[in-house]
Amino acid sequence: MVEKIISAGQRKEEDRVYSIVKTEQLTDTIYLMEVKAPRVAKNCLPGQFIIVRGSDDGERIPLTICDYNREEGTVTIVFQVVGAATEMMRNYKAGDAFADFVGPLGCHSELCDENIDDLKNKKILFVAGGVGTAPVYPQVKWLHENGVDADVIIGGRNKSLIILEDQMRTVAGNLYITTDDGSYGSKGVVTNEIQKLVDAGNKYDVCIAIGPMIMMKFVCKLTKELGIHTVVSLNPIMVDGTGMCGACRVTVGGEVKFACVDGPEFDGHLVDFDEAMKRQQIYKTAEGRAYLAAKEGDTHHGGCGNCGGDK
Amino acid sequence: MAIDVDVFKRVPVREQDASERAHNFEEVCYGYNAEEAMAEASRCIGCKNAPCMGGCPVSINIPGFIAKVKEGNFAEAFQIISESSALPAVCGRVCPQETQCEHRCIRGIKGEAVSIGKLERFVADWARENGIKPEPAKEKNGKKVAVIGSGPSGVTCAGDLAKMGYDVTIFEALHEPGGVLVYGIPEFRLPKEKVVKKEIENIKSLGVKIETNVVVGKSVTIDSLLEDEGFDAVFVGSGAGLPKFMGIPGENSNGVFSANEYLTRSNLMKAFDENSNTPIMHAKKVAVVGGGNVAMDAARTALRLGAETHIVYRRSEEELPARVEEVHHAKEEGIIFDLLTNPTEILADEKGWVCGIRCVKMELGEPDASGRRRPVVIPGSEFVMDVDAVIMSLGTSPNPLISSTTKGLDTNKWKCLVADEADGKTTKEGVYAGGDAVTGAATVILAMGAGKAAAKGIDEYIKSKN
Repeated sequence: MVEKIISAGQRKEEDRVYSIVKTEQLTDTIYLMEVKAPRVAKNCLPGQFIIVRGSDDGERIPLTICDYNREEGTVTIVFQVVGAATEMMRNYKAGDAFADFVGPLGCHSELCDENIDDLKNKKILFVAGGVGTAPVYPQVKWLHENGVDADVIIGGRNKSLIILEDQMRTVAGNLYITTDDGSYGSKGVVTNEIQKLVDAGNKYDVCIAIGPMIMMKFVCKLTKELGIHTVVSLNPIMVDGTGMCGACRVTVGGEVKFACVDGPEFDGHLVDFDEAMKRQQIYKTAEGRAYLAAKEGDTHHGGCGNCGGDK
Repeated sequence: MAIDVDVFKRVPVREQDASERAHNFEEVCYGYNAEEAMAEASRCIGCKNAPCMGGCPVSINIPGFIAKVKEGNFAEAFQIISESSALPAVCGRVCPQETQCEHRCIRGIKGEAVSIGKLERFVADWARENGIKPEPAKEKNGKKVAVIGSGPSGVTCAGDLAKMGYDVTIFEALHEPGGVLVYGIPEFRLPKEKVVKKEIENIKSLGVKIETNVVVGKSVTIDSLLEDEGFDAVFVGSGAGLPKFMGIPGENSNGVFSANEYLTRSNLMKAFDENSNTPIMHAKKVAVVGGGNVAMDAARTALRLGAETHIVYRRSEEELPARVEEVHHAKEEGIIFDLLTNPTEILADEKGWVCGIRCVKMELGEPDASGRRRPVVIPGSEFVMDVDAVIMSLGTSPNPLISSTTKGLDTNKWKCLVADEADGKTTKEGVYAGGDAVTGAATVILAMGAGKAAAKGIDEYIKSKN
């Protein structure tokens, strides 16, 4: 069932400012923010994303929608501090506003198009890695609201990187936590947990894996062997997010796709992960340079061997 | 000191020196000053039937405004242009006048055509510097029109409707209005803060509202604009922003960009400025594939970012679709033209980065259906160019987002919206369209002409309903 796209109607001038209603620090480097964005809130569905610009001179960065409140006109985003843009955003407080917040972008999860009775007969497994737990949450919540309880695995390097556990517990069927170092839940990576569940006799019709590219790659490798149809949500570099530049292009089943309009979700068994991972590195040096320059301020003089700041 | 005028020759326009401008993003052409403009205007013979006007897609009263320039009455010249054009400072800079107004100039038969574009630019720049704005409508008619896209067609349509008294809102997907004027055409041809922003502000001063960050088809649909938000009609001017790739091996390697991505990073996101938060690749040697204006813009941008830059084009110089002036500027700046050359594969190193481009040499064969001589591969001519970046500039097509989310809005086989050329009417009632969304990638001025025609069509439609 697709929800009818509802119009935002006549809006007041102040609604145009993408003000932050609430912020919450989830881990050392992961933040949650609830943002006023009525047009996005009224028209989004799980699986879609937004593009945000922190300030007038900021970069456009894509973030997945973690939750939305149609009545309040708010959208929840979760981001991890990895570069200059997110480093700046972490300092924003309730009452501050983003310069730009555009969406919903991309296609919604294909689950939203399925017949609810068919969904109820399906065994669905979600695999969430790190900050990828945020985009998994609205899908599990949407299913739960439609009477479908999916199993969820949340994985992280260690206990402090496990986010949204309580929220997920209220909407998931069975919830499994894994940490690489065993500091919380089962010890090991998410693929160990999938194998365990299957060995214990669980049968899954579909697996949705969202997390770091390397995690999705290995989940797909395993689920292909296990014969479980797998959907992944890709996170390539994006600029506009509306299909006009192709920065986010990926190869899926031998064809070039633009993740921002054709995805971000794709059949994981058809994705060329090695290419996608290489493409994520394009601006690594440039991004690192900006991040270091901001962090170190006047004391920044390079030494990294890449940025030339010591010359 | 008065300027000596040779009626057969244009008053030359001052430009930034090529060796200097190859290293900066400052505007190449400085334009005329008042004396130069008045001298050039004196070359216009003020034809009664004015063939130049027939060559202008928005039919500016060219002899009319030039006569005012000749007298030194620049304010009146501006009001005459404003009756027909919403973006004169833009059009005076980027229109291909040599195939439009200036192509039909009577002076051009025996000598050089009057510099209509440079005169239009002078008048618009003078008006801006002297704080003169177009006149807003005296009365509002209470009817609402939504315009999708803030590029040349949308802005023109919105401006014309506002002057007729309509309450107009433009919806723009990006964070900055202007369409190709802000993300596509570089700073050195069209200054953003100084020119584009000011012309957009003129549109706002007519009462037009602009809502950025709205992706029609995602943030809102055309149906809900008409049904729930009370708009009486919609104009679709969403352009042709979907880039084409060649489909050759290696095209997803790191260092291969669409011209749209490269130019958006540099122009809209200001990545050419080292203080910008948006990165851009500073390549050492770049191949720009294609021969249109966008290819010239991408090549000249790459050059300014420090690269040895090559234009790789499969036909010969004669067939280059770019404006002669742009090709000339590119050559002056040191862009190398590899003509009759076609890429067949992009080579990458073990880390996925571009390290070369495999090409074949071409020769021109028989003319094809379009009348252009078809390039044919010369057997055994394969060679490899060592480059570290490739910019694909092969043209664009309309984004299917709007047509796919609007019932009853038909497209043709090129994904272009089907719309009447005379009034912009589409297959859906109350929805009009124009510009690249209808024609595929064309020129700024043609898009403006379509926006103008659609504004008239919308006005007639809304009046007919009452």
